[in-house]
Order: sequence, then C-alpha cells, then structure tokens
Amino acid sequence: MSEPILDVRDLSVSLVGSGPPIGAVDRVNLTIGRGEVFGLVGESGCGKSLCALAIAGLLRQPMQVTGGQIMLGATDLATIPQRQMRRMRGDDVSMIFQEPMTALNPLMTVGDQIGEMFVLHRGLSRRAARKKAIEALDQVRVSSPERRINAYPHQLSGGMRQRVMIAIALACDPKLLIADEPTTALDVTIQAEIVELVLELCRAKGTAVMMISHDLGLVARICNRVAVMYAGQIVEERASAEIFNHPSHPYTRGLVDALPRLGRRLERGQRRLTEIAGVVPALHEFPEGCRFAARCPRVTSECTAASVPVTQLDGGGIVRCLHHV
Amino acid sequence: MKAGPNLYIGGGIILLVALLAIFAPLIAPYHPVTSANLMYAEEPPSMQFWLGTDEQGRDIFSRIAYGARISLFIGLAVQVMNTAIGVSLGLSAGYFGGWWDEFVQGLTGLMLSIPTIVFALALMAILGPGLPSLLIALGMTDWAYSCRISRAQVLTQKSLNYVQSARIIGFGPLHVMFRELLPNIAGPLIVVATMGVGSAIIAEASLSFLGLGVIPPNPSWGGMLSSAREQLMIAPWVAVFPGLALFVTVLGFNLLGDGLRDLLDPHGRTRR
Amino acid sequence: MLQLLLRRLAQAALTVFIVISLVFVLFSVIPGTFTSSLQADKRDVSQDVIERLEDELGLNDPLPVRFANYVTDLAQGDLGVSYATRRPVSDMLSGRIWASFKLACAAIFFAVCVGLPLGFIAAIRQGSWIDTAAMTFAVSGLSIPGFWAGLLLMYLFSLKLHLLPTFGYGSGGLSHLILPAITLGIAPMALLARTTRAAVLETLNADFIRTARSKGMSERRLVTRHLARNAFVLVLTTIGLQFGSMLGGSVVIEKLFAWPGVGSLLIDSVGLRDIPAVQGAILVIVLFFLLINTLVDLAYLVVDPRIRYN
Repeated sequence: MSEPILDVRDLSVSLVGSGPPIGAVDRVNLTIGRGEVFGLVGESGCGKSLCALAIAGLLRQPMQVTGGQIMLGATDLATIPQRQMRRMRGDDVSMIFQEPMTALNPLMTVGDQIGEMFVLHRGLSRRAARKKAIEALDQVRVSSPERRINAYPHQLSGGMRQRVMIAIALACDPKLLIADEPTTALDVTIQAEIVELVLELCRAKGTAVMMISHDLGLVARICNRVAVMYAGQIVEERASAEIFNHPSHPYTRGLVDALPRLGRRLERGQRRLTEIAGVVPALHEFPEGCRFAARCPRVTSECTAASVPVTQLDGGGIVRCLHHV
Repeated sequence: MKAGPNLYIGGGIILLVALLAIFAPLIAPYHPVTSANLMYAEEPPSMQFWLGTDEQGRDIFSRIAYGARISLFIGLAVQVMNTAIGVSLGLSAGYFGGWWDEFVQGLTGLMLSIPTIVFALALMAILGPGLPSLLIALGMTDWAYSCRISRAQVLTQKSLNYVQSARIIGFGPLHVMFRELLPNIAGPLIVVATMGVGSAIIAEASLSFLGLGVIPPNPSWGGMLSSAREQLMIAPWVAVFPGLALFVTVLGFNLLGDGLRDLLDPHGRTRR
Repeated sequence: MLQLLLRRLAQAALTVFIVISLVFVLFSVIPGTFTSSLQADKRDVSQDVIERLEDELGLNDPLPVRFANYVTDLAQGDLGVSYATRRPVSDMLSGRIWASFKLACAAIFFAVCVGLPLGFIAAIRQGSWIDTAAMTFAVSGLSIPGFWAGLLLMYLFSLKLHLLPTFGYGSGGLSHLILPAITLGIAPMALLARTTRAAVLETLNADFIRTARSKGMSERRLVTRHLARNAFVLVLTTIGLQFGSMLGGSVVIEKLFAWPGVGSLLIDSVGLRDIPAVQGAILVIVLFFLLINTLVDLAYLVVDPRIRYN
C-alpha cells in the first residue's frame, strides 16, 4: 500500500451522559492510502457512521471520542483545537451524507451552497466563488450549470441534489472523502451513476475515499480493501476480492451469503438467500466476550468467556474470531 | 418518559388552590360578601386582615378563598365544553372528510380570526352578565385549537390497523371515533385542555374585570381588581393579592400542561 | 404566486362576509335589544319616542331587508349611526384605529425584540441555567393576566418611580405608549420565546446544519447564515398570528389604560348595547387580523423559496 493518508489508531467513541460512559465504537484501527478506495461495511447501528463523524470531527453530544488517534498526514484530528479542525474540515476531509433531500439548506441556492466552500477555504469573493461553483456543478455533470446555479434544493431531484452534495464535498480537492451511504436513499437506477461519478472525480483529484455502506456487494466491487464492523468493533479487514470470495469471520460469511449472486448454485433444500438470525445487540448490552456469539453458528464456550483478540491472516488482513476459516 | 419538576410544581399549586376552594368556608375568617364594614375600609394587611381589606371593608383573603371556587369552576367547566365541542368537530371532520371536513375547517378558521375575548364580549353583550352567560360565552368560543389537533391526529391514525379492523368488524362511526380513536389521541388533547383551563380563567377574570362577568358583590378575582386602579395609590394590596392568586393558579395549569406534555406527548405535537 | 394571493384574498373576503352576517344575525335575532337597553338604563322614554326611534333606525323592517340595507351601506363605507352618540360609526372608529394600530405595533415590537433573542439564547444554551431561567420567565409571562401586569407596572413606574404617566393617551407621544405596549406585549413575548426556542432546536437537529458543519465554517457563520434564517421562517407564522390578534387582545388593556382605541370603544358600546358601534369595532378587529395574516403569507413568498415556486 502507498503512503497512508489516514491512520486511525485505537479510536473509541462513547456515549458520555450522566452515568458511566457507554462505548459505541471500540478501539478501531483503520489505514487508508493516498487515493485509495476503502470500504467500511456493517448493519445499521454497528458504529460505522460514528467512526465517520469522529474522523470528520462532527460528533455531537452526547457522543465523544474517548480514546485513540486520528492521524491525517502528520496531524492528529482527535486532539487538535476546534479552530484548526474547522479549517481542515471541508478542505482536507469532507463528507457526503445519506439523505440528499434534507442535507442541503432549503433557503439557499445551490450556487451559494457550493460557492461557500471557496469563500471559506480559498478566501474568494462571492462573485469569484460563483464562477468556481458553476465549474464544480459542471464537473458533477449537471446540465446547464449556469442556470442550475440559481436553483433551490427543492427544485432538484434526489439524484441531482446528491450531485450538488458531491460538488460541495469535492470543491476544495480534499485528501479524504467520507461517503456515508451516499446512494441508499436514491433510486436504484441512478445509484450506480452516482457511485461512478464519485470514484471518477476522486481518481482525478487524487482523493482517497472511505465508502461506508451496508451493501457488501457494492463495496467489494469498488473498493481496494474492506473492513467489516459489528457492534462497534472491526471484525474483519482484508482485500475486497479475498473478503468476498473467502470470508473468514462468520459474520462476514453471513453477509456474503445474504447477497444475491449471478450464477450461484443453490444446494438442495437451501433457501434462495440466507439471512443472519437475530439482531445486533444494543449499545448497553454489548457482551463481555465475542459480540457476535449470540448469532454465531460456530459459537463455543470459549467465545463468551473473554474478549476475542485480533488474529493476523496469512494472506494479509485481520480477523477477530477464535474459529475463523 | 419521565415526570419532570413542572408536573409536580403545577400539580401541587392546583391541589392547593382546589383545597382553598373546597374548604373556603372553614379557611376564610370572614364572610366574603356580608362582612362589608366601612369602618374597616382599605385596611392594610395585618394580623386581623391577613391581606388587607377592600374599599368596602371586606377581608381580601376571605374573598380570594371564595373566589377560587368561581375561578376553578368556570375554568374547568368552560374547558370541558370547549374540549367537547372541539374534539367532536375535529374527530368527525377527520373521520368523515368531504364537505363536512371543509365546513368544520372553515368554521375553525373563522373562530381563529375573531379573538376569543372579542367573541365572548359580543355574546356577553347579548346575554347580559352572570354565570350562565359566562359559561356560554367562554365555553363555545375557544375550541378551535383542540379541533385542529384532534383532526390532524385522526388523519394520521385513520389508516392504522386498529382503526381499519374496528371498521371491518362492523363497529359504527361513533364507536370507532370515540372508543377506538379518542383513547389513542387523548395525550395531546389532555395537554391542550390543561393549558386551556388557564386561558379560560384569565378570560373569565378579564370579563369580570370589565364588569361584564360575574355579578358583584360575588367574589371573583377579576372583579376584585376592577376598582383596583382607582385605589392603586392608597391601597395597592387591593390590586396585588387577587392578581397574584390568578397568576399563581394559571401558572399552575400551564406548568401542569408542560409537565403532561413531557410525559404524554414527547414528540411535541402540541408545542407552542 | 398571483393565484395564491388571489385565493387568499377571496378567502379573506368570504370570512369578512360571514363575520358580518354572524354579528348582524346575533345582534338582530335576539329580541328587544335596543328598547330593553333603553329601559335597562331606566331612562324616561315614552313608548312613541321608542317607536319613532326604531322607525328612524329602520328596526321595524323585516330582517332580510335590514341585512340587505346593512351590507349595501357597508359596501359604500357606511357603518351605520351609533345609537348612543348619533354619530356615524365610521367617524367614531377612524381616530381610534390609529391609536390601536400604534399600540399593537409597539407591543409586537417589544414582543419580538425580547422574545426572539430570549428563545434563541435558551436554545443555543439548551439545558444551562440561562435556558431554565428564560423558560421560567416565559411560562410566567404566559400565565400572568395582562391587566394585572398592567396594574403592577402602573404602580411601579408611574406611582412609585414617577417615570411614566399612569394612563390616557396624552398628546399621542411615546411616554403614554410605553406601559400599555409592554403590558400588551408580555404574553406574545413569552409565546415567541417558547416558539423560537423550539424552532431553533428543531433547526439545530436538521441535516443541513450537519452539512454546514462539515463544510468547516465558524459557529458564528453557521448561526447567522444557516441557522437563524431557517429558524425564523418557522417563527414567522406565530409572529403574524400574535400581531393579527392584537387589536382583539388589547381590549382589556385599552380599557385599563384608558387608551382611546377600538378595544375601549367595543367595551363601552357593549355596555351601552350600541349595536352599530359594536359591529363596527368587531369588523375592524377581524379585518386587521385577516390583513396581517395575508401580509404574513406574502412575507413567506419572500423568505421561503419553497413557497415561492410552488
């Protein structure tokens, strides 16, 4: 892997309220190389969005970073002062969110919302920022950008709004783009288009992408490496071809089996698609030992005894399971 | 879902006022009307007259104690009437839809465009002062809000399973509206009604203050204040204490309403 | 946009017509209103004077005829002649409308200037002692009867501190306006503080605020460029409703401060059973409400693009 642009070490995020803090993200390690496309996969509530918000410095009360480092180049985002984080946010790290319908300010034209990036980080005048905003809209392939620049969000379709979000996020050529389920809320027909657009622009700008999704199929197709999160921990991290064809952790295995695949033979008596029985435990109910134990087909008594350490795999990558394959 | 301090403070205040009203004959040292004695006119608060006396020498504390009966009775009765009207109209409008809904909405808009106190004044002008007219004038003019809320609630609940199944089983519209829907939308309505008691008490006091409400010499908090302006310089206690009783009572209902909202309506459908 | 405006105007016109009919019917169907008021005053009026008066005022015509006459006169700006003063009601109202309007404007100005910042600060510092203090203040403001607050202010600022005149209109200057305006503005101020707090909290949780944060802007810019305007849009309706109902809400306050407005005319006329004057005053109050709400609708066209283009 090339020189890392993002190096997250032992990142913990906890709900800090009146009682004792409740851990939501538990000592997560992530490394993303320059220009790499990295995938983070898991069910809703597994902590993947919290990781993303922590990296972008956008956690809100009562969630807090309670441990670890977030190295972006030589800067530790977890400890730098607010003011400095603010300058880097949008400029070096930006984010795209899931809900394009509500993620844009309804009372501002899209031109002003894109242009704001150039005003904030490049010190441009409104007029100059407007010119750059038209270019940015053109880059995300919005037709007749000179006209659309004056549109308000409610006048655009969901796909169009997500393009505007992408234009905002990539306006300042960031080193890292965090895309949190960017296509989940969109029509299936335009999902692929949006993903392609993000990848293409990031390739051109040399921006690394952290793609967050619950869709292992999508992530495996577009990413170099994939990490799978379960209940606040990374349970497996490997090259995406490996993880897709030879899942090692039983949870990853379950995710792969739940995917529809062209040309896959069904064994006699097997249901068309397998689902993982049970649900993710709630924050305050994380068990002592392996957090997947309650849903795991390979569970033994050792699994629940003590917390499970990470194992290095032979072909590169890691897994957190006593009975991995 | 936890009961905050608002609930307890509000409930406590109302309980105290209610006790004062119920046991007024035991608590009040003097008769509220017949104790008038010009010898003792406009005495300041003392051991003999805890809150002083008014221009006719009547004990203000005794009149406040008896006045609590009128305020509470009118506040509650008026709010029961308003809620009954508002909920019936709102439920049926949301349930039946069509021209009836249009009509009810028009009527609600009309009611909202005439301030309650103006409408009540007009009715009092026709009916003349006194308790029955007060009940009619206030009890029929402030239902627009509960009507809107119940209508909106019915619209969101109408398509839910429990309503549909009650219809399929063959229950009539009255049963579905009042036995199935009403219990499920009662939370926000109770909050609105509780706060409404406070406004009704203020409305009654305002009309009595203007001399168009409770007929003197019956003790009403608003009526006790009607001559206060002229005596403000010599006997400020005449103005202070009845108003304080009003303020604290209304505050009690508003706090209770806030507390009930936190308890029954955490999503803030009745926020204002 | 024009269509919306026209529909609003049509609705308002219909409401006015219904209110006129309602007030007319209410006061006409109840028998003996006029004569009984004369008798209630124990004035020594002979039967044929009453009959002549009733004839003169057209009270003996059948109801539909009287209604038609009333509406026709109204369309020509003729509000009828006061029973009590024998002057045209429109003359009696004209000076008072200005007085009431001035009072309402001053009161809403006070309410907005105090209520908005109060609610805003409470929301930004949610859960702090400032929030608790502001909201305790607000619920007290909602609970205090206006006329009692007025009495207390009068006692403090006029009688004790001698800073302001007790009551009356004076020569129309500011000093006579301050106390009644603050009194009238207390309840709307409290309501606005609560609504603003709720609106700001709602906006703070909106997704686009998170987007704005992700752009890396200062809190100051976040608040001024993204938060304030969006929250204000949510509060505008409340401001409009409060302002619109102020002529009606000021009835009691006007009486307390002997303010020569529409409200005190209404009360005096109700006491005298001066039906034409009551009808005129109510008409003015309702028209003002509808006017303000139409203006608020227009304001939304300016501040909220979602409405502008729909």
